[in-house]
Amino acid sequence: MADTKEMKKALFGPILDSNPIALHVLGICSALAITTKLETALVMSLALTSVCAFSNLFISIIRNHIPSSVRIIIQMTIIASLVIVVDQVLKAYSYEISKQLSVFVGLIITNCIVMGRAEAYAMKSPPTMSFLDGIGNGLGYSFILIVIGTIKELFGFGTILGFEILPLVQNGGWYQGNGLLILPFSSFFLIGGMIWFIRTIRPEQVEAKD
Amino acid sequence: MSAKKETFGKTVGIVVAVCLACSIVVSGAAVGLRTMQQTNAALDKKTNILTAAGLYEAGMTKAAIAEVYEQFVQERYVDLATGGYVEMEAGYDMYKAAKDPVLSSRVEGSNVGFTRRANVASVYVVKNDAGDVSRVVLPVHGSGLWDLMYGFLAVDADGNTIAELIYYQHKETPGLGGEIQNPAWQELWGGKKLFDGGDVAIQVKKQAGRDNPYAVDALSGATLTSNGVQNTLQYWAGENGFGPYLKQQSWRS
Repeated sequence: MADTKEMKKALFGPILDSNPIALHVLGICSALAITTKLETALVMSLALTSVCAFSNLFISIIRNHIPSSVRIIIQMTIIASLVIVVDQVLKAYSYEISKQLSVFVGLIITNCIVMGRAEAYAMKSPPTMSFLDGIGNGLGYSFILIVIGTIKELFGFGTILGFEILPLVQNGGWYQGNGLLILPFSSFFLIGGMIWFIRTIRPEQVEAKD
Repeated sequence: MSAKKETFGKTVGIVVAVCLACSIVVSGAAVGLRTMQQTNAALDKKTNILTAAGLYEAGMTKAAIAEVYEQFVQERYVDLATGGYVEMEAGYDMYKAAKDPVLSSRVEGSNVGFTRRANVASVYVVKNDAGDVSRVVLPVHGSGLWDLMYGFLAVDADGNTIAELIYYQHKETPGLGGEIQNPAWQELWGGKKLFDGGDVAIQVKKQAGRDNPYAVDALSGATLTSNGVQNTLQYWAGENGFGPYLKQQSWRS
């Protein structure tokens, strides 16, 4: 049985030390598209974390029975089913947000983080650790999404979670919204900036020069 | 990886078991949550109708939406050929009826983008506090660049002046054709006229100018979407669409 230290590492390691977006550069497409508003970023984080955690758990439980010839297909089946369940739950409980997230919930299926953790970790590790690893990687993804979502919403729209922080010029305030931050691709700059920041405080992540 | 695990029978067995378990979970979720999803979809439709009716305010609760809808909006059914009201069973869906050959007719001589339309259409009659009809909300749809675009066209009680054109379902490119949902563009429609001397005159075109009562600025970078909006209005305001209903002004009786 894994000790507490190892559990902690699986749970919190992916936030800074091995962040799925910043270090492995996985799951970028969804991080670009749905971070314009913090609310959608939060819901997406929650959806991805739960899918990642449970797919890791279920795959880990049956890992000794999965024939290696069809293992990717079985992983996909489990992940796809979980994604459909999450999509249905979102449609039932927060219809507005599910409309905004539209296609991106479905695309969690192809999010490299989920597949990557299932193949790299859950296939080799016991269920509890895999579950924690899934949550951990979800948290790492959420961390980046929340930071980017906050920056984009605050400086693009002058709001946080819809509450006005910086009154916009068009609403009679003084703040001129940054038009670039409203567009999806501005996340490229922000993610680049975060990778730079994380590598500055964690210099061991910098790749050796060729 | 033991060799035993790789036998054909075991592989098939595992695959079938996983698929079975997953399909049970998925169908369980789909069936279990269906009523809530339908309630949400119905509420979303009411929200869009209220927006077109000019009665929606940001931040209305679900109960408030249902209440305002009950109070001011009435769903009626119009025989498109005559323009008069007809009675239909509650729950009649014009988009489902369009697929039934008995209940629908072929669309001819129009590039609106669908081949059949229902004979009877829903309209939403909006009344003000005094009980007079202030607007009629007409469901319209037509093809855009990628797929059909569904919206509500709200017309003032004179049957000619457009109050709102609200699109609620489309697959146009975000940032280009998707701008049909941009409030700034939606605002351009208010006050435009559908008909000029009995003919459908409304146009979506370049440099329409704010003062031209028969034209709305096309979306830049989205010519085909703009053409789609034009065709949609041309069809639905025309003789084969709501034209007879708007001319008769059946809501006055």
